[in-house]
Amino acid sequence: MAAALPDLLYALAGGGLIGLAAGLLRLATGQIAGISGIVREGLRGPERGWQLAFVAGMLIAGTFAAVRFGDRLSAGLERTSLPGLLVAGLLVGLGTGLGNGCTSGHGICGLARFSKRSAVAVATFMVAAMVTVYLRKLGGWL
Amino acid sequence: MKVLTALFAGLLFGLGLLVSGMSSPDKVIGFLNVTGAWDPSLAVVMGGALMVATPLFAVANRRGTAWSGEAICAPRQQVIDRKLVGGAMLFGIGWAIAGLCPGPALVNLIARPVPVATFLTAMVVGLLLSRRD
Repeated sequence: MAAALPDLLYALAGGGLIGLAAGLLRLATGQIAGISGIVREGLRGPERGWQLAFVAGMLIAGTFAAVRFGDRLSAGLERTSLPGLLVAGLLVGLGTGLGNGCTSGHGICGLARFSKRSAVAVATFMVAAMVTVYLRKLGGWL
Repeated sequence: MKVLTALFAGLLFGLGLLVSGMSSPDKVIGFLNVTGAWDPSLAVVMGGALMVATPLFAVANRRGTAWSGEAICAPRQQVIDRKLVGGAMLFGIGWAIAGLCPGPALVNLIARPVPVATFLTAMVVGLLLSRRD
């Protein structure tokens, strides 16, 4: 296994923070912390104030990380070329728009409220992503 | 108040992604690479998030209304259709190309502005194309 024990403890603690953020937003405002939906509604409205605030909170966290750790926390981002990032972004945008959610909206909020749609979405995108990585390895492109 | 809560929740969410290691495409691809040196971290992150979120969602559901007085919104869609499965498939493929999904992309924007802005611009185009209603 390619992860040391401290890594897994950080993963558990970070996951707890993500769950706390999603639960807090749900309890306080009734909303779902799904990032793709938040970005879409933040851009399109009609009501967009809280979505923009949520994104601003994430950017503050990102600024802190950039100042404190440089680009260390995004290791691996440099492996994808700009055209690759364009294709990846387009597919992620189209897919989360059509499927109504991503790893946060379906993977955390949807599963936390036992949504059948989210369970199907999570199983589908996990398998699709694992197969894609496997094909990339076969093609020598990983 | 709603805006302040959302700002705080966004900050917590972003910190969670950074602490967990999920802002790194290497960690994400390491999890998706099931036939290689598999890294279970992403599953641990989801497990940790669900352990905290599930009881909080249950409390919200039982209350029926949020602290703000608004209803706990339930997505209207209930059916499992081709749009859901096809969309999830496209998302999975895109996710596996760069190891980036929307949350980590936002959190990495400041550290690596050029590649992440490229990804996010294409993502927004995709989001808007998928919903022209």
